[in-house]
Amino acid sequence: MTRVLPYPFLSLFLLAMWLLLNQSVSPGHIVLGSLIGVVGSLAISTLQVPTARVRRPLALFRLAVIVLTDIIRSNIAVAKIVLTPGRKANSGFLTVQLDLRNEYALAILSCMLTSTPGTVWVNFDSAKGELLLHVLDLVDEQVWVDLIKNRYERLLMEIFE
Amino acid sequence: MMSIPGDLPAWVAILVSVLVLFGSGLTLIGTLGLLRLDNFYARVHPPTLGSTLGVGCVLLASMAYFTAVESRPVVHEVLIAIFVTITTPVGLMLLVSAALRRDWTAGDPSVPLPPDLPKPKAKPEKQ
Repeated sequence: MTRVLPYPFLSLFLLAMWLLLNQSVSPGHIVLGSLIGVVGSLAISTLQVPTARVRRPLALFRLAVIVLTDIIRSNIAVAKIVLTPGRKANSGFLTVQLDLRNEYALAILSCMLTSTPGTVWVNFDSAKGELLLHVLDLVDEQVWVDLIKNRYERLLMEIFE
Repeated sequence: MMSIPGDLPAWVAILVSVLVLFGSGLTLIGTLGLLRLDNFYARVHPPTLGSTLGVGCVLLASMAYFTAVESRPVVHEVLIAIFVTITTPVGLMLLVSAALRRDWTAGDPSVPLPPDLPKPKAKPEKQ
């Protein structure tokens, strides 16, 4: 199993991508897509990417819903800042001490924070576990620290660690 | 130019127009923010409006429109959403990292210092 399919989820994703791109579920495309899935995951296996273990798949969905609502909310917040005439954003840097060490969890956190309008992941010091963020509307630092620690990090640790 | 079929139900047409206008409006606000804000790090934020909810609304509109027109579920726009969600943050992080390293080299006092290096001005003062 692991010999032929080192990354089963990647293979499955490639197959789904192929079927979506061709907008067809005909047997021919399923065979071709499966072939691409197997070859693609074998190609990635030469890079020796460590595999991740998702301990609680359902929590992953909960996280997705939380991130989606946060993205919608911060879209509105950032749009307000941009549209308020004469308003200078009190943006600034912020350091957060993270306990999260799993590479995949950190990668997901970085993408989540950066794609949420209003926060950008700037730098992560893996030795100290210090995350440097830039926040557009930095009024109260503690609010942002609590958001990241309690809302995202705890859930990510539940999922991956 | 593609023509719009006359038998498109009114509610689909309204839904699609609202989604397209909302999505493109958000993207426009994002680009206005890029113009209006004053420093590089603050300017990184507004364009993400376009890459999240902006692109999301336009893709939903596209799904709704083509599903109605072709009378079958059209969902391959999901791929665009997946790829945009993966690639934009990576691009933004690279830009911000580059800017931060530039400011560290220039000794800009407005950015936080690098984690393990002494203050940029410490060396010349000692000599």
